Amino acid sequence: MGEFFNIFIKAAFVENLVLAYFLGMCSYLAVSKTVKTAFGLGLAVIFVLGITMPINWLIHEYLLSETGVFGLDLTFLRLILFIAVIASMVQLVEMVVEKFSPALYNALGIFLPLITVNCAILGGSLFMVSREYNFSESIAFGLGGGFGWFLAIIAIAAIREKIRYSNVPPALRGLGMAFILTGLMGIAFMSLLGIDPAAFQ
Amino acid sequence: MADTNVKAAPVQEKEPLFQFGKKERKLLSDPLNDNNPITVQVLGICSALAVTSLVYPSVVMSIAVIFVCGFSSLFTSLLRNYIPKQVRMIVQLVIIASLVTVVELTLKYLNYPIYKQLSVYIGLIITNCIVMGRLEAFAMANKPWRSFLDGIGNGLGYGAILIIVGIVREIFGKGSLFAGSPIEMKLIGPTAEYFINTETSTLFGWYANNNLMVLPAAAMFIIGIMIWIQRSFNKKLVDIS
Repeated sequence: MGEFFNIFIKAAFVENLVLAYFLGMCSYLAVSKTVKTAFGLGLAVIFVLGITMPINWLIHEYLLSETGVFGLDLTFLRLILFIAVIASMVQLVEMVVEKFSPALYNALGIFLPLITVNCAILGGSLFMVSREYNFSESIAFGLGGGFGWFLAIIAIAAIREKIRYSNVPPALRGLGMAFILTGLMGIAFMSLLGIDPAAFQ
Repeated sequence: MADTNVKAAPVQEKEPLFQFGKKERKLLSDPLNDNNPITVQVLGICSALAVTSLVYPSVVMSIAVIFVCGFSSLFTSLLRNYIPKQVRMIVQLVIIASLVTVVELTLKYLNYPIYKQLSVYIGLIITNCIVMGRLEAFAMANKPWRSFLDGIGNGLGYGAILIIVGIVREIFGKGSLFAGSPIEMKLIGPTAEYFINTETSTLFGWYANNNLMVLPAAAMFIIGIMIWIQRSFNKKLVDIS
């Protein structure tokens, strides 16, 4: 349990997917104009990351590795299989959201299917492989990474809502300012590097 | 009626398969400034920023993206009339994923240290929004040759930004240029050589490396400032909202 919590904290704060690795930037910048849509997209990302990570772990361990069902080293198929799992999970989330919350569905619009090409999801799966997590660790990493992404997009959306009332140079308005704000937030998040995750065990 | 139809068809056929006129040149040059994938369309930032702390990996990454972007556009465009609309995303992803696998394995064979350094970011070209975005916006509706040029053009626009950011970050962060490649050079700092410095004196010997530039956050600032500069010169890009 301690290990689980440890990885969760590390993935959410210290190695934040957006602010430390710059994953999922496209939707992060495009959907962060209001807090409401950012909230919905953040929840969807937590859900998709939390589900795809264990599934991809199982696929990697039992289908692709040499100790798996086929007994062959099939890791070159990794990218294609991972992206197929992610695409189908996103399809599932899309159907669920459309059924239970049409308002949110309309607000998210094109960005819901675009979670498929959200680098944070595939990047999370690839990090999981390269860091050799086990099954429960991969769940913790998925949920923690999703939570960190959620926090980051809520924070930037709140700042961007307020900064609309400020006198920013015209050429820097919108996108340029969002980039600089993200950079500042990244530096702020770096102060969390001082946390020793072992303290939570 | 039948006559005009017959006449119309050959005119279409006469258009050569590979031509390089004004329109084609525009396809290549547009993404470099007016329609840049990173600073204007805001696509593909994800994998762009993490690899730019040195120039050499940025160059390798740009070449990989240009290759994947160009050829996925070409193949998608060739198949565009056979792909059913409902499953087009999956088909596009499979095309992109196969090309990225080719790139990944080739790079692993050719240059293992760089492959290690780029780690997951080569795989992440699959989810690079530029590739997917160009397939959706251009290749699904245009002829193969034009789509190929459009893909190459957008790859070039992406690479240009990547290399500029890489140069700024490496010079100010490490004092070197092209570190890790055969033409590595130390430009500024106490141990500088080549160009700016003569054998007896170093022009920028007093410079101490700025560690902020090595952090990923610096890439955000540099791109933010580049957008600022570009939009100051190019008023029609300014965000009015």
